[in-house]
Amino acid sequence: MGTAVFNPREDQLAESTNGSTKNYLNAGFSAKSWLLTIDHKRIAILYLLSITFFFFIGGIFALLIRLELLTPQGDLMQAETYNKMFTMHGMVMIFFFLIPSIPAVLGNFLIPLMIGAKDLAFPRLNLLSWYIYFIGGLFTLAAIVFGGVDTGWTFYTPYSSTYSNTNVILAAVGVFVSGFSSILTGLNFLVTIHKMRAPGLTWFRLPLFVWAHYATSIIQVLGTPVVAITLVLVGLERFFHIGIFDPKLGGDPLLFQHLFWFYSHPAVYIMILPAMGVVSEIVTCFAKKKIFGYSFIAFSSIAIAVLGFLVWGHHMFTSGQSNYASLVFSFLSFLVAIPSAIKVFNWTATLYKGSVSYQAPMLYAIGFIGLFTIGGLTGIFLGTLAVDVHVHDTYFVVAHFHYIMVGGAIMGYLGGMHFWWPKITGRLYPEGWARFSALVIFVGFHLTFFPQFIVGYLGMPRRYHVYPDEFQILNVLSTAGATILGIGYLIPLIYFLWSLRYGKKSSRNPWNAKGLEWEQASSPPIKQNFEVTPVVIEDAYEYQPKVWLK
Amino acid sequence: MSRHIVPARVYFLIFLALLVLTGTTVWVAFLDLGVMNNVVALGIATLKAMLVVLYFMHMRYSSKLNWIYLAAGFLFLVILLSFTMSDMLTRNLISVPQAWSSLQ
Amino acid sequence: MASQPHTLQHHFEDLEQQFESSSLGMWTFLVTEILFFGGLFTGYLVYRTRFPEAFHLGSSLLDVQLGAVNTAVLICSSLTMALAVYWAQKGDKNKIVLFLSLTIALGAVFLGIKAVEYSHKFHHHLLPGNGFTFEGPFSDQVRIFISFYFTMTGMHAFHMIIGIGLMIYLIVRARQGWYSSEYNTPVEMVGLYWHFVDIVWIYLFPLLYLIGRH
Repeated sequence: MGTAVFNPREDQLAESTNGSTKNYLNAGFSAKSWLLTIDHKRIAILYLLSITFFFFIGGIFALLIRLELLTPQGDLMQAETYNKMFTMHGMVMIFFFLIPSIPAVLGNFLIPLMIGAKDLAFPRLNLLSWYIYFIGGLFTLAAIVFGGVDTGWTFYTPYSSTYSNTNVILAAVGVFVSGFSSILTGLNFLVTIHKMRAPGLTWFRLPLFVWAHYATSIIQVLGTPVVAITLVLVGLERFFHIGIFDPKLGGDPLLFQHLFWFYSHPAVYIMILPAMGVVSEIVTCFAKKKIFGYSFIAFSSIAIAVLGFLVWGHHMFTSGQSNYASLVFSFLSFLVAIPSAIKVFNWTATLYKGSVSYQAPMLYAIGFIGLFTIGGLTGIFLGTLAVDVHVHDTYFVVAHFHYIMVGGAIMGYLGGMHFWWPKITGRLYPEGWARFSALVIFVGFHLTFFPQFIVGYLGMPRRYHVYPDEFQILNVLSTAGATILGIGYLIPLIYFLWSLRYGKKSSRNPWNAKGLEWEQASSPPIKQNFEVTPVVIEDAYEYQPKVWLK
Repeated sequence: MSRHIVPARVYFLIFLALLVLTGTTVWVAFLDLGVMNNVVALGIATLKAMLVVLYFMHMRYSSKLNWIYLAAGFLFLVILLSFTMSDMLTRNLISVPQAWSSLQ
Repeated sequence: MASQPHTLQHHFEDLEQQFESSSLGMWTFLVTEILFFGGLFTGYLVYRTRFPEAFHLGSSLLDVQLGAVNTAVLICSSLTMALAVYWAQKGDKNKIVLFLSLTIALGAVFLGIKAVEYSHKFHHHLLPGNGFTFEGPFSDQVRIFISFYFTMTGMHAFHMIIGIGLMIYLIVRARQGWYSSEYNTPVEMVGLYWHFVDIVWIYLFPLLYLIGRH
C-alpha cells in the first residue's frame, strides 16, 4: 500500500525529460528571485553556499595551525599570531560552519518535505535568519581582516574583557548576531513540526531526522540567548568597564564561564544531534530494514537535549569551581552519554540481518558510528574528575572534540549531502569518486587526530605554538593527516559542482528509500513541494512490510 | 475563528489587583521580616506575573502547548540560576589537601 | 469551500492553523527572552549573594517612589494594551488606534521617568563604569550593583523602545483597516511581547529597588 493518494500527473511530470519540468531550481533565475526568496529550498541553498565559504576560511586557519606545529619551535609565527589562528579557527568553524550546517542546509530543505508541508511555518523569518547569519559573518570577517582575535573561541574573562588588544567586540558582535540566526531557525522548526504535519503524520511516524531537529531546536532556543547576553556583557565590560568580570572590583571570572558554558555545552549537541538524525535515515535505507528501536532513538534525542543542559561545569573542573559542584557535574556528564550509546546500539542492531549496501552515504554513516563512539568514550574519560585534572587543556581534549565534530558531525553532514544530493539537485554524484574520497577522509581524519590523543595524554598543552622536541613525530603525523583530510574535502567539492552540469540525471527515488521527501516529491521538488497534500497511513521506514498470505 | 474574547471587565479587575499587589510589595519592603522579605517580594512578583500571563496574555484560554513552552523556559532559567549558585555557595565547603590548594 | 481571506498565507491550510502557529512562535520567542534576561538575573544573584551589604547600600541609592510610579505606569500600559487587543478582536479600528496610542504614551512616560532617574545618577557620578565615584563603604561592589542596575534597566528600556516601534507599525496598519475580528493576530502578538516586557519590570523593581529597605 502506498503512503498517499497516487497522482499520475505528477509522476509523469517528474519522469519526463528533466530540465524542461518545472521545479524550485528553475522557478526564476534572477538574483532577486534567489536573494528575496521565501522558498525554504532556495534558502537552504543560500546557506549551503555560505557555510561552504566559511568552512574553507576555518580550514585555512587549521592549515596554518598545523604548519606551525610541524616543528617544536615557534618558527612560523609569533605566539600572539598563533593565538589568533586557533581562536579564529574555532570561532569560524563552530559558529559559522558546524552550528548552522545540517539544520540550515538539510533541515531547511527537508523538514517541510518530510512532514508533507508546503514550507516552514515562517518563510520570511527563514530568509531573515539567513541574512542575519550573513551579517554576523561579515562582522566576523571584519574582525579577522582588521587584525584578528586572540582570546580563544571561549572568550574567557578577564582577558577578553580587559586585557586583550584585539578585535574582541567585532568578533563578539559577529557571534551575537549569528546566534539570532540560530535562534530563529530553531523557533521556525519547532512551530513547523508542531503545527504543519500532514494528515496522518503522528509524532511517532515522523522520520528520526525530524525528531533530531526538534531536539536541536529546543537547545537552540533555550541556550543561545544566554551566550548572547554574555557576549553583550563582555562588550559592555570592554567598552564601559562596568566591572562585573573585573577581579579587582570583586568580579568573578567564573561567572563568565558559567554563563558561557551554559550555552556552549548544549551547543555541542546542536552540532551532533542533526548528524545523528542523518545517520538514522541513512542506516535504515542502506540496510533496507526498519530502524531498530525507533522510539528509543526518538526519546534519546530529547534526552540528550535536556540532559545536555545539566553538565556544563565539566568544562570548569580545574577553573576554581567548587569541588562539590564539580562532582555533581561529573556524575551528570556520565548520564548524558547513555542516550548517545542507545543510538549507537540501535543503529548497529539495524544493520543486523539487514541487506546492507555500501554506497557513499553509508560509508559516511558507518564512519560516523565508529568515530563518534571513540569521541564519545573519550568524553567520558574527560568527564571523570580525577582524569580531567591531568588531561584538561591538553591535546587529549582537542582530539576528543575533533573526533566528535569532524569524525562525527562533518561525516554526518557529508553523508547527508550525498544521500540527498539527488533530491536537492536532480543529479547523481559519481559514486566511485565519492567512495574514494570517503576513504581518503577517513584515513586523513585518523592520521590527523589519533596522534593528538597520544600527545595530549603525554602532556602537550593545547593552544601552544611550541612544544617539547619529543612530541614532534606525533605532530608531524597529525599535520600529514590534515593535508590528506584537506584533499579529501576538496574532492567532493569538485565532483558535486561537476555533477550539477554533467552528472547523470536522477530519478525521483534513486535509493528506493522510504519517506515523503523520496516517495511524494520529485527530484528536484516543485516549488510548492507536493502537487497534492500527502496523507500518511503507515509508520516510518516500512522497508519490509509484513505480507499477509491470503 | 472562535477564539475566546476576554471581557474587558476582567482586564480591569486584574489591573486593580496588580496595582494593589504593587502597593503591597512596597509596603512589605519597609517591614523587617528578615529573610522572609525576599520570599515575599519574589512571591508577590510571581503572583503578579502569573496574573499577567493568565489573563493579559490569554494563557488561560490558550492551548496547553504554549503553557508547556513557557514552563520549560522558566525551568531552564531555574537550572541556570541554581547550578551556578551551587558552585558559588559551595566554593569553600570541601577542604582539600595542602598540595592541591593551588587549584582552589 | 468559500475563498480564503487574503490574509491567509499560502503555506497554511486555514486561519486557525496560522494563528496557532503565530501564537506558538511568539511564545517561543518570549522563552528566548526569558533566558536572555536570565543571564543578567544570574549575574545579579551571584553578586547579591556575595556582596549583600553593598547591594543593600546600592539599592538605597535608587528612588523607590519613582520606581513604584514607573511600575504602576507599566501596569496601566499593560491594561491599555490588553484593551487594544480586545478592540482588535471586536474589529473596532478607532479603538484599536486609541488604546495603542495610550500604551505608547504610557511607555513614553515610563522612559521619561527612567531618563530622570538616569540623569540623577549621572549627576552623582554613579556611572556604569569608568568615572564611577562613591563616597561610602564597599564602593567597588556598589559599583557592580550600579552596573547591574544600568544594564538590566537599560536592556529593559531597549526592549520597550522596540515595543513602541512595533506599536507604531500596528497603528499605521490599523488605520489602513488591516485588522478585523477575523484577523488581528499581529495585534495580539505585539500584545504578548509588551506584557512580557512588563513582567520583566515586575521582577526588576523589587530586586533592584527594594533590597533591605527596612
